Amino acid sequence: MDNEGFYGDHYNGVSSDDELVDISDVSVDFSEDVPPLDFSAGRCKVEWVQSGSPKLMDLLDENVPGIGTYEDFNTIDWVREKSKDRDRHREITNKSKQSTLALLLRVTDAFSGWLLMLLIGLMSGALAGGIDIAAHWMTDLKDGVCLNGFWFNHEHCCWTSNETTFQERDKCPQWRSWAELMFGVNEGASAYVVNYLMYVCWALFFAFLAVSLVRAFAPYACGSGIPEIKTILSGFIIRGYLGKWTLIIKTITLVLAVSSGLSLGKEGPLVHVACCCANILCHFFTKYSRNEAKRREVLSAASAVGVSVAFGAPIGGVLFSLEEVSYYFPLKTLWRSFFAALVAAFTLRSINPFGNSRLVLFYVEFHTPWHLLELLPFILLGIFGGLWGAFFIRANIAWCRKRKTTRLGHYPVLEVLVVTLATALLAFPNEYTRMSSSELISELFNDCGLMDSSKLCEYTGKSGKVLGNVTAVNGSNGLGDRPAGSGLYTAVWQLVLALLFKMFITVVTFGMKVPSGLFIPSMAVGAIAGRLLGVAMEQLAISHHDWPVFRGWCSPGADCITPGLYAMVGAAACLGGVTRMTVSLVVIMFELTGGLEYIVPLMAAAMTSKWVADALGREGIYEAHIRLNGYPFLEPKEEFHHKTLAVDVMRPQRSDPPLSVLRESGMTVEDVERLISDTTYSGFPVVITQESQRLVGFVLRKDLVISLENAQRYQNGVVSVSAVLFTECDPDSSPNAPPAVKLHSILDLSPFTVTVHTPMETVVDIFRKLGLRQCLVRQNGRLLGIITKKDILKHMAQMANRDPDSILFN
Amino acid sequence: MHEYPGVMSSSFPKILRTLVLVLMFLVVIEVISHARADKSFEDVRCKCICPPYRNISGHIYNKNVSQKDCNCLHVVEPMPVPGHDVEAYCLLCECKYEERSSNTIKVTIIIYLSVVGALLLYMLFLLLVDPLIRKHDPYTMPLQNEEDSEDLRPHVDGAQGRGNTVLERVEGAQQRWKKQVQEQRKTVFDRHKLLS
Repeated sequence: MDNEGFYGDHYNGVSSDDELVDISDVSVDFSEDVPPLDFSAGRCKVEWVQSGSPKLMDLLDENVPGIGTYEDFNTIDWVREKSKDRDRHREITNKSKQSTLALLLRVTDAFSGWLLMLLIGLMSGALAGGIDIAAHWMTDLKDGVCLNGFWFNHEHCCWTSNETTFQERDKCPQWRSWAELMFGVNEGASAYVVNYLMYVCWALFFAFLAVSLVRAFAPYACGSGIPEIKTILSGFIIRGYLGKWTLIIKTITLVLAVSSGLSLGKEGPLVHVACCCANILCHFFTKYSRNEAKRREVLSAASAVGVSVAFGAPIGGVLFSLEEVSYYFPLKTLWRSFFAALVAAFTLRSINPFGNSRLVLFYVEFHTPWHLLELLPFILLGIFGGLWGAFFIRANIAWCRKRKTTRLGHYPVLEVLVVTLATALLAFPNEYTRMSSSELISELFNDCGLMDSSKLCEYTGKSGKVLGNVTAVNGSNGLGDRPAGSGLYTAVWQLVLALLFKMFITVVTFGMKVPSGLFIPSMAVGAIAGRLLGVAMEQLAISHHDWPVFRGWCSPGADCITPGLYAMVGAAACLGGVTRMTVSLVVIMFELTGGLEYIVPLMAAAMTSKWVADALGREGIYEAHIRLNGYPFLEPKEEFHHKTLAVDVMRPQRSDPPLSVLRESGMTVEDVERLISDTTYSGFPVVITQESQRLVGFVLRKDLVISLENAQRYQNGVVSVSAVLFTECDPDSSPNAPPAVKLHSILDLSPFTVTVHTPMETVVDIFRKLGLRQCLVRQNGRLLGIITKKDILKHMAQMANRDPDSILFN
Repeated sequence: MHEYPGVMSSSFPKILRTLVLVLMFLVVIEVISHARADKSFEDVRCKCICPPYRNISGHIYNKNVSQKDCNCLHVVEPMPVPGHDVEAYCLLCECKYEERSSNTIKVTIIIYLSVVGALLLYMLFLLLVDPLIRKHDPYTMPLQNEEDSEDLRPHVDGAQGRGNTVLERVEGAQQRWKKQVQEQRKTVFDRHKLLS
């Protein structure tokens, strides 16, 4: 027998991998290792099972609870979960031929997915409607109270009143501001001071309540939620992140956070809320509650529902889920997500939170045409969006890192209070920051028509006096020449201040320990910038009619530039720059506005913004937060283009101790327990013998621990010297030896392997496409090492010159 | 909530459970639609906005009419322009039919405030009253366990014994939940491992 062993001293001279095992010129005789696959003779009759491979599900949850589940902060095994589901489906189909009840069960099983989607849509739509109503009321609570019924906000308080005038749409005697209520005065400096004080006090109260509730009941409810949901959908487990307490607290504190005037939005947290609903409803269906892979399909659909109720954009929601959030998105999920998103949008509409069957506050309906030359300012807006996106991501990540590492992070409640104080103090004086971000966006998107009386629409007529917005003398729609009036000038510089304020305060606000989203703040920044540019272009066109660019298209007396459109394009550009969304952004924007005419400007701005932002920084905000927190997320969009091989990444490396393996037979319980306690690996390969290193399979640490404990508790006569067997059939054993522990059922007989020369590009591709956690490395048929997902992430970090120790989780 | 479901039992309870769920939701939808069906008189309006015209300033008119009567001629009263100008004036006006449900708003706000109030009271209870009660209880698990044990096993309650009365089960559930929240708080607020 020429078994010189692996780590022997047969080197091949000066080859480059001469420290590795090279057995190319060693002739090894396998004759004593393994019995030949002889069906008739031999010690162990291999019974060739007719029905093919044994059912995974049968073996795994025979009678031992805990096998097949995962620890917290671990990654699931996609392959195992998918084959479990296929086996279950096959079993139900086979049994359905036996009786009508079983047939009914099969039909119910097929139908259960759709029922679940329906329920998710209903629940999320209802919750979103409640959140909207409550948020509107509480935002207005900072300003005053309705005497008709305290539950009405300002707009609804004055709904039935006849006192509203054209100039002041919201004036009515039933609505009392705090100054009026407490001191009876409505005008003057004292009223202003009292209102200011009450505004700040309410804002602080709401913020304090929000952060205390988060801290006391559900610490997982803070932040946006989308980076963590992305990681969960890629296979990570965070227990409690999608639980019922997180749902309750996130719903309640989202309303409080939005109402306190902080510069944050509801969209990201609504995605989290929808996923929590989905997770909770999954518990009622065994098909989804027991299978982690199926559950993630449902969670993909739920994230589509979240965006759908936030924007009233079902198609945009599905595309958002496909593009930004989901890791695997099979076609079946596409149809079901769309169904769920539609149900949710319909539920929200029937609850009717805005009183006019609109889904979103800033649904605009103008259809004025745009000119090709306007693409230039739109591209300019795209560049602005890209620049702002890159700036925001860098600044926010730097601030969050400071929060993570320095003493700033030890005072979360104080931090929230200080930021709220700063926001409230600076926001009250400027009317454009005093109103909520959604109202601001709505006003900016709105093009000035006859019916509008906001300051932004104060143009002067030819005669120079401030006219309001219409002159019947000037033509059918009466708008004509619109040089700016004094109101417009005031509005412009107020908007400039608002822009600067919002740009900087959002950096500090996103990521605090209250639920915070960033779609609305980004859109607000972009809308302000866009509107300013639109107004500038408009005034340019009016004062320089005779320039060749304007001559053909902007004839005097006709309005040719719609600043509202510029605001919309600016909003899309900034949002795209921050999140790097492409298709979903355009679809959401045109579902918001209801007009297909503006697809080209939106696309131009979105593309420019993405290119500029990508040139300055590779990642969007969510990927940047994933990397900041060190989640084990293998980015599906990133390309791996280095020329390393599997052998460079695998463990053990040259200086490490050899691979810890289990033997198929010949180990005792004591040996196995010692191996488990000496190492912290999450799984062990099983080989035939230590010398041959021929692979049998792979076994997970958790399954091993649970099975051994189970065997020691329930099986008679198992002691430390009992043999542990991974073989299928029993070898001959002496009659008075203690009974063996048979662990064949927890062994994965088909682990994935690559060879040492497989390029890492292929390995990374395999990991991504199959969702593997680990992969074994062989050379010339013998087991050499193992590559885990964490090793790959560390390797990618090293290649990109980042700190490989920032990958925190397993 | 007990984590391990055990052997897959017969499917009857599962079908029953799904059916009960569907029925429950149908009932809820019925209730909601009934609550909204009796719209109060003031929840419906036709709103006409008329911009400034010649020397007449802009005005908003509200009236409670049905949807087919929601136009300028029925709603704008008293008409500010003489008869021959009515058509020109009405062309400028924009009339919209709007409805809302004040019951939904009232119910939602009251539910929200009660939930916030309940959570606030529970938080105060946990903060102030609970430590005083727990001091007398010898079975208290040391919740102030500041040791940084990463793999805190979730099955440490063997010493408690499994009481079968409802109160003891509620106690046990509450203790488990409190430990979970504490773990979460450590992960997010102290160690900054997640969600920073």
